[in-house]
Amino acid sequence: MSAFQAAADGLPDREPAIPRASGGLVSKRVVVGYGFWIFLLSDIVMFATFFASYAVLVDNTAGGPSGRDLFNLDNVALETTCLLLSSFTCGLATIGARTYNGLWFYGAMTATFVLGAAFLLIEMHEFAHMVALGAGPSRSGFLSGFFTLVGCHGLHVTVGLLWLLTMMAQVFAKGYRPDILRRMLCFGLFWHTLDIIWVALFTVVYLMGAAR
Amino acid sequence: MAPIALTACDPAVLDPRGAIGIADKTILIDSLAIMLAIVIPTILAILAFAWWFRAANTRATYRPDWAYSGRIELVVWGIPLLVIMLLGGVAWIGSHDLDPAKPLASNSPPLEVQVVSLDWKWLFIYPNLGVASVNQLVVPAGVPIHFSLTSASVMSAFFIPRLGSMIYTMNGMRTQLNLVADAPGTFLGLASHFSGDGFSDMHFDVRAVPAQQFTAWIEATRSTGPSLDPTSYAALERQSMNTKPFTFRAIDPDLFNAIVAQKLPPGPGPEGGPESGPDVTVSPRAPR
Amino acid sequence: MLGKLSWSAIPFDQPIPLVTGAVVLVAIIAVLAWITLKGWMPYLWREWITSVDHKRIGIMYMLFAMVMLLRGFADAIMMRSQQAIAFHSEGYLPPEHYDQIFSAHGTIMIFFVAMPFVIGLMNFVMPLQLGIRDVAFPTLNSVSFWLTASGALLVNMSLVVGEFARTGWLPFPPLSEITYSPGVGVDYYLWSLQISGVGTLLTGVNFVTTVLKLQAPGMTYMRMPVFCWTALASSLLIVAAFPVLTATLAMLLLDRYLDFHFFTNEAGGNMMMFMNLIWIWGHPEVYILILPAFGVFSEVVATFSRKPLFGYRSMVLATMAICVLSFMVWLHHFFTMGAGADVNAVFGIASMIIAVPTGVKVFNWLFTMYGGRLVYASPLLWAIGFMITFVIGGMTGVLLAVPPADFVLHNSLFLVAHFHNVIIGGVVFGAFAGYSYWFPKAFGFRLHEGLGKAAFWCWFIGFYVAFVPLYVVGLMGMTRRMQHYDVAEWHPWLLVAAGGAVIILAGIILQIAQLAVSIRDRERLRDDTGDPWDGRSLEWSTQSPPPAFNFAVLPRVEGNDAYWIMKQRARRLGGLSDEPVYSDVEMPRNSATGFVCAFFATFMGFALIWHIWWIVAVAAVGAYATFVVFAWRDRTEYVIPADEVARIDRVNRNVRARVLEQVAS
Repeated sequence: MSAFQAAADGLPDREPAIPRASGGLVSKRVVVGYGFWIFLLSDIVMFATFFASYAVLVDNTAGGPSGRDLFNLDNVALETTCLLLSSFTCGLATIGARTYNGLWFYGAMTATFVLGAAFLLIEMHEFAHMVALGAGPSRSGFLSGFFTLVGCHGLHVTVGLLWLLTMMAQVFAKGYRPDILRRMLCFGLFWHTLDIIWVALFTVVYLMGAAR
Repeated sequence: MAPIALTACDPAVLDPRGAIGIADKTILIDSLAIMLAIVIPTILAILAFAWWFRAANTRATYRPDWAYSGRIELVVWGIPLLVIMLLGGVAWIGSHDLDPAKPLASNSPPLEVQVVSLDWKWLFIYPNLGVASVNQLVVPAGVPIHFSLTSASVMSAFFIPRLGSMIYTMNGMRTQLNLVADAPGTFLGLASHFSGDGFSDMHFDVRAVPAQQFTAWIEATRSTGPSLDPTSYAALERQSMNTKPFTFRAIDPDLFNAIVAQKLPPGPGPEGGPESGPDVTVSPRAPR
Repeated sequence: MLGKLSWSAIPFDQPIPLVTGAVVLVAIIAVLAWITLKGWMPYLWREWITSVDHKRIGIMYMLFAMVMLLRGFADAIMMRSQQAIAFHSEGYLPPEHYDQIFSAHGTIMIFFVAMPFVIGLMNFVMPLQLGIRDVAFPTLNSVSFWLTASGALLVNMSLVVGEFARTGWLPFPPLSEITYSPGVGVDYYLWSLQISGVGTLLTGVNFVTTVLKLQAPGMTYMRMPVFCWTALASSLLIVAAFPVLTATLAMLLLDRYLDFHFFTNEAGGNMMMFMNLIWIWGHPEVYILILPAFGVFSEVVATFSRKPLFGYRSMVLATMAICVLSFMVWLHHFFTMGAGADVNAVFGIASMIIAVPTGVKVFNWLFTMYGGRLVYASPLLWAIGFMITFVIGGMTGVLLAVPPADFVLHNSLFLVAHFHNVIIGGVVFGAFAGYSYWFPKAFGFRLHEGLGKAAFWCWFIGFYVAFVPLYVVGLMGMTRRMQHYDVAEWHPWLLVAAGGAVIILAGIILQIAQLAVSIRDRERLRDDTGDPWDGRSLEWSTQSPPPAFNFAVLPRVEGNDAYWIMKQRARRLGGLSDEPVYSDVEMPRNSATGFVCAFFATFMGFALIWHIWWIVAVAAVGAYATFVVFAWRDRTEYVIPADEVARIDRVNRNVRARVLEQVAS
């Protein structure tokens, strides 16, 4: 009986042995992870909206350049490598945090940051190049859709890098506290999701765009 | 039923004067009747149960544990489903029969009218007759009209309640509508999609006249008035409210297509608008 | 330095907004001064503004909604009176003013009255019904509320600084593009909704997690009250639909601010895409509003029929069916855009299909009443009024779902009458039913019943007097949003409609009076039992108002209508179950995060509207810093010792024991 009398907010951090089917309490880690997943699903819906509007506008080039004229697949390959590698290093960082290993944690987080920043630099360079060519977002509906979809992903990566630095600062200041580890869980989910969206993005936008 | 009885004064939608409007109304009434067959008994049952099972009524049987009945569930899911299937059939057939772009069956060939919605007036072009008019539409009675519609600027909608279906107008796009006025008469035409400050003035008179009168009107229109060309059109595009009806005695035959293809740029907004860029604060209080 | 902002933004030449703004400003200052002088500020800050307690947040949401109802209704009175006068006349509201009023009316009613009320009810009731202590993320809950308030503040500021949107409550392009709406009005609308939209989305995430992951022991999904099911369905819709709104409004913002071409006339924009995207959000939105209202009625009808809800499984199935189907009908909002017969027909049929589970719900409520013993307290009046009114509104909706019928009724006052029929008859009546039903639980005393019944009749009769004429005039061809007109036949109906608005005004005045009188007479109206209506679900097992921790010991749930089962057992055994073993309770600490974050959000929104870029930067940094400060907290919870919990719970048990004795004797 006493397990049920635990306060809902003083939840244990790990799963107690209560079968789900009978109702009852779950651990904070599960609740936070679950909630963040739901948030990520909503974020994916937002990206889906941008994907849909890109698809509607992809042929509205208003006499201007199309994807085939503009996309540099070498850059895209480089960006993809950086981002996918950064997901790997993020995984290493998560393991480092869980095993309270400072070397792995800080090292892998730094590597993740460098790779993410590299991705952003390549992307911003690409954007600047397109704008200089007169193919900025105001040129046509297609370009508006492109810059918004890819730019939204880039904005998420930027926010992710900010979050990454904050997590490093948190661990440095407070150690591997349970609530900080829960936030690392969320950060990892976020970073990996951005990777998945990038895969969809480079397929739909760059690969299919270059082939049109 | 009460609203229908009460609209005996001027029911417009329920007293149409054209074949399309009549068909629209038939579907409306039929659908309403089908649904009332469920809605009226339901409302009566609500009132009846609410009255009979009030706590003070000791004659009513109290069934405190009765919360499920398979038979009732079957009926409760089944009857709405059946009604919806019936209504769905009405909707499918009606949507196809009354698709705005579907030409009307008739002995006479349709009259072509091109429609441009502007801020805040209507331009009607008769491409095969070489005239145009603003804020008045004259058509021969009994002849199907094939409308091609576009907008000079913002989204609008073309609606003659007595003749039937409405359709949106959009810049850069061409929508189509087919209507007919069965007998001569004067009808109200209006814009049915809000388009800005002058929206309430965007109504026009629709006059359906006998064929000879229509020909006479065309002749009279050709004899006087300005000519419709890109210059006069550009003047029309500027925002104005409460425009009195007038006509054009000659038209540029490619004008409508040029508007649709955006060879003629879309209308400007409020004076001092786009050229000044997004830094302009144009509010009711700022001096224009 | 101050972007586009200048003194010309203030309406010195327009008496109505100027006077209104001045009066409201004076009133706000007066209230703040009174609170400060009475020394209530520390209490308000500690117990309400920084509270993360779902009960407090729920009450704040509902109070906020009721205040915004007054603003939205003032807009409605102005619209009705203008249309009553403006036959062959310009009326007293010029078009640029009238256009802002109907735009503000719709925006405020949907986003800042209906949504907050419904969210407030779910916030207060759902954790209590689930038998838990709070929602999954209490601080996030507070952030959601304050961001919503921030959005409302921006909309109201547009009355006195600048202008509001003149596009209607949904800013269709190209009218809403910078070319045709160069002023700040649409920007006010967009930023206000982006900010409050974040708040709403976070609420959706919070509630989904709560319902799916936190329940009292023994509360399986099929033992949850139907209100919790509808809260779940509504929250799932929020999570799935609001991102679409955020993205769509963001695209319009990019068009307006950075010369993008999503929806512009030129350079390849597509205005039809906006219609599709906004209604992909817009239709689920109305189901977000109505589903919790359905949940309220399920609770109210069962309790006041003194019977369990008929067809529980059916109700759950119908709720989730509505949830899914609501995403498949959006095109019925623009049948007249010319999508073609096949597309129109498919969406028309889909829209009719969604009427089936709704009809099932109505019949289940009907059969809940059958065989019951109906107690006519005002919550039940609202429920019965709803059933009748909503059925009519639903019928006109299915009528509009038949494309050829819509071809002659789209955008007319018939449409306006339809959606007010379902929103007022459904959402508003549901909100008032919930308000009068759970008020005793929240505050420990009842609302004055006589005034409540009078208010109901004014709303019920006033609704029909106001909106049946609009059905009629829509059938006469009148379209919506007309600032003046010349058709004589429309005029008498619009006069009657204005009369209806006055009757509703009487209803609102009676509700305000009811609240004032109830507070004044609260000792006479006090309810000590915690269970004034002989309720069936767990919230009635707590005291009124419930303690911060809700339940001293999380209840063991053994079936549907969990509290009813407990009461029946206690009556059979002649006494309460044994006193439980009490232990310490940990509760989340208060946090100013929500309030401070909203403070920065308001400044950021205002600065974005007026192009004051340096304030945008500062506010963005401030908002981020707020979250960092929150993340840096060391102590996130406080402990209520077991003795304190025991003391509070014993009071409750004594009251219950006394009530049991009275019932037995």
